[in-house]
Amino acid sequence: MGLNRKELADKSSLHLQTDVLVIGGGPAGAWAALSAAQNGARVILADKGYLGTSGATAPSNTGTWLVPPGDNRTNIVERRWQRTGNLADQRWMLRTVDQAYENLLKLAEWGYPFPDDEDGRLYIANLRGPDYMAFMRRRVLKAGVTVLDHHPAVEFYFDGEAVTGAAGVDRQRDRDWRVDAGAVVLATGGCAFHERILGAAALTGDGHLMAAEAGASLSGMEFTGKYTLAPYGSSLNKGLPFRWASFYREDGTPILDADGRPLQNGIGEREKDIARAMIEAPVYAVLDQAEPALQDWLRRGQPNCFVPYDRAPVDPFAEMFRVTFRAEGTVRGTGGIRIATSDCGTDVPALYVAGDASSREPLVGGTSGGGGPNSSWAIASGWWSGQGAAAYARRRGDTAFCTSSRPLGQAGLRPAALAKGALTPRDVIDSVRAEVIPLEKNYFREGGRLQASFDKIDSLWADVKNHLSGEGTALTRLKAREAAAIAASGRWSIVAALARTESRGMHRRSDFKTSDPALAHSITLRGVDDIVASSAEQGQREVAS
Amino acid sequence: MIEVVSESRCVECNICVKVCPANVFDATGGVPVIARQDDCQTCFLCEIYCPTDALYVAERADGPLAITESDVEERGLFGSYSRALGWKRGKPGGSELDPTHRIRVAQV
Repeated sequence: MGLNRKELADKSSLHLQTDVLVIGGGPAGAWAALSAAQNGARVILADKGYLGTSGATAPSNTGTWLVPPGDNRTNIVERRWQRTGNLADQRWMLRTVDQAYENLLKLAEWGYPFPDDEDGRLYIANLRGPDYMAFMRRRVLKAGVTVLDHHPAVEFYFDGEAVTGAAGVDRQRDRDWRVDAGAVVLATGGCAFHERILGAAALTGDGHLMAAEAGASLSGMEFTGKYTLAPYGSSLNKGLPFRWASFYREDGTPILDADGRPLQNGIGEREKDIARAMIEAPVYAVLDQAEPALQDWLRRGQPNCFVPYDRAPVDPFAEMFRVTFRAEGTVRGTGGIRIATSDCGTDVPALYVAGDASSREPLVGGTSGGGGPNSSWAIASGWWSGQGAAAYARRRGDTAFCTSSRPLGQAGLRPAALAKGALTPRDVIDSVRAEVIPLEKNYFREGGRLQASFDKIDSLWADVKNHLSGEGTALTRLKAREAAAIAASGRWSIVAALARTESRGMHRRSDFKTSDPALAHSITLRGVDDIVASSAEQGQREVAS
Repeated sequence: MIEVVSESRCVECNICVKVCPANVFDATGGVPVIARQDDCQTCFLCEIYCPTDALYVAERADGPLAITESDVEERGLFGSYSRALGWKRGKPGGSELDPTHRIRVAQV
């Protein structure tokens, strides 16, 4: 049960020391590792899966938010800021686009095969996921980083003042690992609540729970109302082709909006109407607004999107196919671990955060960072966190390896009461999903329903904390910990959604339909069991215990 | 989700065991097995890393369709995603021909 020093002293485990430990092998983790190594640190990157295929980017084809230097730069950022629900911070927006631009040029210099645009100039505003991440893996290995694939982290070590490393399981060798580190970058991605979407298998919020156990606060957790259309039953939560979709009922009747117009364009303003229609009855789509030239570009530019159609098979430009909205949790939602310093430090000394694990409110406010912004954010925040962690480790010297540290993991690892085998990770995840996935609960929110969801998830949390345990193999322990992290993340999301008594961005409350200027600020949560919510305006108040 | 490991195509390199981000395969000393099918995230990445196009991921993410190797072979679907991307023998290729910039222009 759990991990302790004695077990780790055994030869069947791995115990390493390093300057910087990066947890997570998506783009943010890869950039953090490169940056820390370039700043002279010895770096270990531990990933739950495989650096190159892990994370939401690798299976995708993602735009970047590219704002080249020039006179218009401030205007572009200003215009985007106006769409963020007044929660973003233009300083962070400007420095993110600047750092991302610089690093995309580095990628080109290093030889990443970007395409040319129609004028023959290198087009760096798009990254094809599989190629990008395969390239990043080679670059990270070339920089001398030690890469531990299939080594998920499950908890931090802490010396009373600062994080001193992390421990986890080597899931393919069924053994434990521990790394003592001068500083840690957490790049574990968002929490997708076990939705079957591209890249989400590993995105279970483990990093959120680990950070919160160490005392880090979270922010923007109410912004989990982002959903994207996908062919029904598929993993392809890629909205772009639906820009050219028309929507129908099963019998071929066009679905009309409140003004009697046919519903088209699934990624625009009409998304809400489509969600409403889907709650009533199944929705079908045809990509019939795409001209032949565009059909060809879509097929060749977004080949992953066509895999489900080609294998079904169905011609999506001519035939109706059923669609669904896939929930995207905090992945295309916004919330995460709150950043406290310019170099992506958290509230916890020696702990840095990058990519979707962090709150992206400074960049996108209450709107989705899906696609371009999150991609640029992974690059920029990865770069800064690697620098910050390397500098911290240098200042700290070897003290992280000398002090006596203790492991912090609780829920799912070390139950507070007697472990009960009857409480399975699958049951826990299904119970959380019943509250945070349905459109009628989480896309359209309402105080009474949120309170009912909170009551259920709060009592579930008590069971998780007291009884959930994955005694047995490395894999069963990991599964229990993941379920605990999903439960914690769901609970934070609902607590924050109750606290934001207004509608803003992707947080839509039918009992508070408009935005309240007094709530134009972030809601910060602290604590795992006893959650304290605070905001700049209200001060602190305990909302769940 | 992952449904087929073709015994006739597989060269037992175990690359799929290594690269699957969801750890669905187990090495066996012979042809790898699908040990944890329900963990599959239907990302299709194992297919493109496979040097011999021996893997098939069906389009349904919510559960298996029970498609057989002969169906996949007959319909020419082994390696179809790799070919669409321009990846060959498990190695990256084709991103320099990505016309997505044209879609982004049309999208506005």
